Amino acid sequence: MPSVMPKKPRLAVFKFASCDGCQLQVLDAQDSLLAIAERVEIAHFPEARSQSLAGPYDIGLVEGSISTPADIARIEEIRRACRFLATIGACATAGGIQALRNWCRIDEVVGSVYASPLYVESLEKSTPISEHVAVDFELRGCPIDTGQLVELITAVVVGRQPRVPRHSVCVECKEAGTVCVTVAHGIACLGPATQAGCGAICPAHGRECFGCYGPGEQPNLVSLTGFYERRGTPRPHLSRLVRSFNAWAPDFRHEGDRLEHGTGADSP
Amino acid sequence: MNQPRDFTVKALTRVEGAGGLRVRVSDGRVELVEFTIYEPPRFFERLLRGREVREVPDIVARICGICPVAYQITACQALESALGIVVGPEIRLLRRLLACGEWLQSHSLHIHMLHAPDFLGCDSCFTYPEAYAGLLDRGLRMKAIGSRIIQVLGGRSVHPINVAVGGFHRAPDATAVRGLIPDLEWGTHAAFDTLATVSGFAFPDFTQPYECVSLRAPDGYPMNEGRIVSSTGTGTAGLDISIDDYPQHFVERQVPHSTALSSFIVPRDRPYLCGPLSRLNNCLADLPDGARRAADTCGIPWPSRNMFHSIAARAIEVAASFEEALAIARICHASITPCRIDSALHAGTGCHATEAPRGLLYHRYDIGDDGLIAGATIIPPTSQNQAQIEADVRALLPGLLSLADDDAAAGCERLIRSYDPCISCATHFLNLHIERC
Repeated sequence: MPSVMPKKPRLAVFKFASCDGCQLQVLDAQDSLLAIAERVEIAHFPEARSQSLAGPYDIGLVEGSISTPADIARIEEIRRACRFLATIGACATAGGIQALRNWCRIDEVVGSVYASPLYVESLEKSTPISEHVAVDFELRGCPIDTGQLVELITAVVVGRQPRVPRHSVCVECKEAGTVCVTVAHGIACLGPATQAGCGAICPAHGRECFGCYGPGEQPNLVSLTGFYERRGTPRPHLSRLVRSFNAWAPDFRHEGDRLEHGTGADSP
Repeated sequence: MNQPRDFTVKALTRVEGAGGLRVRVSDGRVELVEFTIYEPPRFFERLLRGREVREVPDIVARICGICPVAYQITACQALESALGIVVGPEIRLLRRLLACGEWLQSHSLHIHMLHAPDFLGCDSCFTYPEAYAGLLDRGLRMKAIGSRIIQVLGGRSVHPINVAVGGFHRAPDATAVRGLIPDLEWGTHAAFDTLATVSGFAFPDFTQPYECVSLRAPDGYPMNEGRIVSSTGTGTAGLDISIDDYPQHFVERQVPHSTALSSFIVPRDRPYLCGPLSRLNNCLADLPDGARRAADTCGIPWPSRNMFHSIAARAIEVAASFEEALAIARICHASITPCRIDSALHAGTGCHATEAPRGLLYHRYDIGDDGLIAGATIIPPTSQNQAQIEADVRALLPGLLSLADDDAAAGCERLIRSYDPCISCATHFLNLHIERC
């Protein structure tokens, strides 16, 4: 956390490989957005503003994953230009849905979509920002939550730690009084292993949590997937469940690999 | 011959995604126009292979954070077609309400936050002139109402979680839907004020012989269903085909300067226009009554083939979306049961097209014997417009060559912004690069 912020800190928003949905959450902050615009100077935000003011910046928000050779030099330049650098969303924090290609051969992937793959420059893997530069804070979610974003910017501006819950989606269900989809319907749900933030909306709609906010602290996935497997959920389904928008987050990644190639939970 | 001049302008701002424009001018003649999309490709069509049918709506939403609903609905309907699932009128109506929410959200964002600054002489929505503060406030409220509709039906405004193959995971709450009515009533009137303001903007005179492509539906303005039609505006008969026949009439080609594939109509590889202006030109008579009257009296003669009028076309579609959404909310008396039609998984192929906010969106899926996705084709609106954008810049440039480089570049950028290109969808920092020889 930078010690003292200037009276009107300069904010910059950067985009790498992503769907723009997290930047939209910035624009969706509505009233808060205009209030933020009074407290901070929006110095660089190409999606919303034509004029771009040169760095350095006090706060940098990065959406998207690193997926092309040019991205690597650019994120290093951005890191040098920003006092406080936060990632926003699953792409920047964990590599995003596009990290599913990390399990494939890139030439095969490019060739399957484009007739002339030579024109397309792409790194073998889609990786989070933190694999390339130091990151000061990672805001989870696919997409991020607008309230958490406003909390992040407010906290940084006043110089305190952002207050973002670290408990699991499972706890959010209990708080909301939502009937457990696993207990009641036998659905394999990632809620016990996923960080809170969404408000446990999926179980509230009668379906499984599929991990938009990434793995929570000490998720103990081996135990969880072993429990589902013993209750009859096929292993390939469980490996797909942990391999979605945060597939490359270490806890989900290792569990996905273990389910695909490794031993069962009950095996020695 | 003049000394060659090269310059690069950091341009396409206020669009979704990253792309550029490269232009070469020699002796006053435009030699090369390349709308370059360098948004990193994310290979969705490949990544969908081997996934479960029920995961597809959640995955394809992530192609675009601005129009996830269009991706979800198109995927659901294509997969329903592959599996032989027929959903009832209630689910179709609620999907239409969901699409209204996304049109409101996306169009209000583009009109007020991305596009209007071009006409108001400011560089962003943070620096609106005082006299237009009311326009912005109204726009933000409209956008919030659109998002609210998506949240009520879909559980979350960006990347909804309640849209399922066969219907909805949980029946949308009828009381919550009817709770939208006061805001929708406000919107049906507020939209006319916005239309009156934006149709009074000073538009460049830029009329082009567009072949306008859109869906057309027998029962209203096209959103989630219909046949694919085109109009040329010259009296020549256009297309009128079933969505199933899309591959016989349209072709995608890869170009070296873009990570998006460009689409053309065959034969003769004609570029074409899709999006709000095309929809309005093709389906003016299908607008709901209030929006139709507003369109007739806004001072712009429709049909129009001036791309800059697209901001007014969007405002008319905002009015239409409020009107339609209100009509649906008013008849939403009970939560639907069942909210989802399930079917056993089996091998099959299905396609569908809808009108995303930015235009025609086509999906096709193959389901394998194992019930998993074996193949996927997704053709988003911006890649369909890519060839037309290049043709337009080619047509616009001769009139801009007397201007200083920065001003010529700004003129091209405004034209491209009129398309509301969604470069993330098409696959992408925009640099405008003009070489003058």
